Amino acid sequence: MSTKPFLRIDNIRKRFGPIIASDGVSLEIEEGEIHSLLGENGAGKSVLMSMICGMVRPDEGDIVYKGQSVRFTSPRDAIRERIGMVHQHFMLVPNLTVAENYILGQGSALSVISNMTTVHRKIRALSERYALDVRPEAIVEDLSVGEQQRVEILKVLFHGIDLLILDEPTAVLTPQETDRLLSLMGDLVKDGKTVVFISHKLDEVMRVSNRISVMRDGRVVNTVKVGETNARELARMMVGRDVRMELPRSPKPPGRIVLSVENLTCRAETGLPAVRGVSLDVRAGEIVGIAGVSGNGQTELSLALSGLLPVDSGRVILNGNDITGHDPAKINARRFSHIPEDRHKHGIVLPLSLSENTILQRYNQKPFATGGMLNRRVIGEHTRDLIKRFRVRSRDENQPIAALSGGNQQKLVVARELARDPDFILVNQLARGIDIGAMEFVMEEMLRQRDSGRAILLISTELEELFAICDRILVMFHGEILGELPPDRARLDELGLLMAGNKDQPALAG
Amino acid sequence: MDDMISLTFLAALASAAWRLATPLIFASIGEVFSERAGVLNIGLEGTMLVGAFCGFAAAAATGNIPLGLLAGVAGGMLFGLVFAFFTITIKADQIVVGAALNLLGMGLTAFLFRTYYVSTGKGIEIAQPVHIPWLSDLPFLGEAFFRQNLIVYSTVLVAILAALVLYRTSFGLTLRAVGEHPKAVDVAGRSVVGYRYAAVLVGTGLAGLGGAFLTLGHSNQFVEGITSGRGFIALAVVVFARWSPIGAFFVSLLFGLFYALQLMLQAQASIVVPYQVLQALPYIMTIVTLVALRGKGAAPSKLGQPYEMR
Ligand SMILES: Nc1ncnc2c1ncn2[C@@H]1O[C@H](COP(=O)(O)OP(=O)(O)O)[C@@H](O)[C@H]1O
Ligand SMILES: [Mg+2]
Repeated sequence: MSTKPFLRIDNIRKRFGPIIASDGVSLEIEEGEIHSLLGENGAGKSVLMSMICGMVRPDEGDIVYKGQSVRFTSPRDAIRERIGMVHQHFMLVPNLTVAENYILGQGSALSVISNMTTVHRKIRALSERYALDVRPEAIVEDLSVGEQQRVEILKVLFHGIDLLILDEPTAVLTPQETDRLLSLMGDLVKDGKTVVFISHKLDEVMRVSNRISVMRDGRVVNTVKVGETNARELARMMVGRDVRMELPRSPKPPGRIVLSVENLTCRAETGLPAVRGVSLDVRAGEIVGIAGVSGNGQTELSLALSGLLPVDSGRVILNGNDITGHDPAKINARRFSHIPEDRHKHGIVLPLSLSENTILQRYNQKPFATGGMLNRRVIGEHTRDLIKRFRVRSRDENQPIAALSGGNQQKLVVARELARDPDFILVNQLARGIDIGAMEFVMEEMLRQRDSGRAILLISTELEELFAICDRILVMFHGEILGELPPDRARLDELGLLMAGNKDQPALAG
Repeated sequence: MDDMISLTFLAALASAAWRLATPLIFASIGEVFSERAGVLNIGLEGTMLVGAFCGFAAAAATGNIPLGLLAGVAGGMLFGLVFAFFTITIKADQIVVGAALNLLGMGLTAFLFRTYYVSTGKGIEIAQPVHIPWLSDLPFLGEAFFRQNLIVYSTVLVAILAALVLYRTSFGLTLRAVGEHPKAVDVAGRSVVGYRYAAVLVGTGLAGLGGAFLTLGHSNQFVEGITSGRGFIALAVVVFARWSPIGAFFVSLLFGLFYALQLMLQAQASIVVPYQVLQALPYIMTIVTLVALRGKGAAPSKLGQPYEMR
């Protein structure tokens, strides 16, 4: 490695109103390394890298690239200096072809598009060279998420780069696709490129990096060589204290069937089939997980169960009662709790206070209301009690919930749903947007609920979450349940194959 | 009743349909550009009125029709600039600003017309049909399609040109992207704001031209509210046409046919339907279309939403 760093970030600061996203960050990237940036959600990884690729302008500080101080005003400037970034949210226009996306913004605005065959040829050549399997004429919206990501990576390569920044690329991939991506990163480095890999998954970071920098609260807290550290140490650096990676679970046979789904089918909002004949049972005292790459019908399944999406056929039975197609209020009243995937859309009302949000489903019931009037004192007491028990960080119960961080909003949703004393709890993405500390807490809470005899269905794209607390894991693919596995990390390969839709060849991985 | 299906009737119907479709063709193709870039301009009606008035005023002063058309385009674009400033730069709600511009367009043109022209009551020379050798002399076809003025003929050119620009140029590609994923355009180094301004100006310029046609190529006078809802019908045309310029051309023709039918049926003594019912035909068809094609369909996904820069 050279003595002069390839890229040096010096004391960068960036704030968005009251939020300090970068609090004096310094970081050095060497030429030809894979440098991982590890940190919890909200640590400031994306903002930092967006400043390097010209998307965001720093308030203060220096970026020195290839020995020169640079100040990009747009991503185009960065591309010109051969820096490219694949964003967490893809920058692909869905109704255009792959090739059209690549030439977007290139050449003079008034030029006629005429060299498409050359562009197609160049894309095919690059695609073959890195085995990316990208077809230039495909329309982006017809591609799966994994394919779209390869399209994004190839786009950056198409523009020609020396430094590639990947922002949480593995969040949307199956384990097999992840393997493929990690080995691609190795190939790119062999070709003389430098890679910055942003992730919050310790195992992946340990597998590919040369060096790892850990971010917390807008700062780089440490940079370590991969051989000189371990997952536990990294986790401690991320959170700032020790983390228990294993949760104790009492072995207990499950009880009676609480929720039974029979041959359920429904369509997505687009009218396309999304859930195709799903059957499953959830018993009292067990947590059943549903794994799968996002977009395989999990969203629609949870909406259909909770009454938010019409059911085409099949039945949903809760405690022996048919609740198929009932409206959400009726379903809720049958001791059904729902911790939704999109909490802003289905979980809370942002401008309302914490108190008002805690009684969203029960505002007209005793003791929260009497004679059509809200009982403010009781509601306030109830909310304060939940805030305390679930350690929701907030000023008071009258604050608008919009002012809370995502993690604390989630804790309040969890608190509210559990306070309703449910028999069945439907959870979609338990730990979305919340930090490791809070995640540990809500997972332990879920286990306590299980042990007290509640039935829980946990839909998640985070395998760690599923392995940590589930009693069994179902895999969903293209709207169907493809198989069931025990929560055994040793059978990850099988799980991955199922997630990729390979039903017939279990255990053939590698 | 017999002459309803005669060839003469059909030829006259076709001829009138194209002529009556012309303002819709200009306005709806313009709106396709605007909406493809994510800007919904419901102020088309007001914009067309301004175009009609400016065209009339310029032609009345100079006696020059091309200059009048140019003035119509300029008037429309000026209006568009106001719309763009409020919706794109200030990020005000597009519907509210569009509605305000409709009212402004109606009030302003009525006021100016009453102040300066109404007492004169003078008409202007309008564009005359152009005789195309051979084609115009064809039996039936000549009468149906080739006895129009140049402005009507130019609609074909405008439609083809619009499609070429939208689908075959870098500008068009970027424009389509701006309405779907503006951030991607931003990241690719093009100005979303710039493209939206350009799209609105193309849209309002064409709407102004459509308005100017009404006074310079159709009637020889400005009348208050001369557009009589064509701006709103053009909005429906865009939806029906699935945001395609060529589609907008043909759908406009269809609406032109309703207008023509309505006019010609009124002239038929044998028809006993009250004329108000016939007059309502194009508007009823608009509602029917919008109901039949409800839902999102192919609408640009960021239609109506301002772009928040990083
Ligand atoms: N455009 C923005 N406006 C306001 N706040 C932002 C913006 N982008 C990021 N933030 C805030 O900055 C902090 C760091 O965000 P980010 O870099 O995305 O974190 P992560 O490490 O998860 O990638 C977060 O608190 C986030 O809410
Ligand atoms: Mg991020």
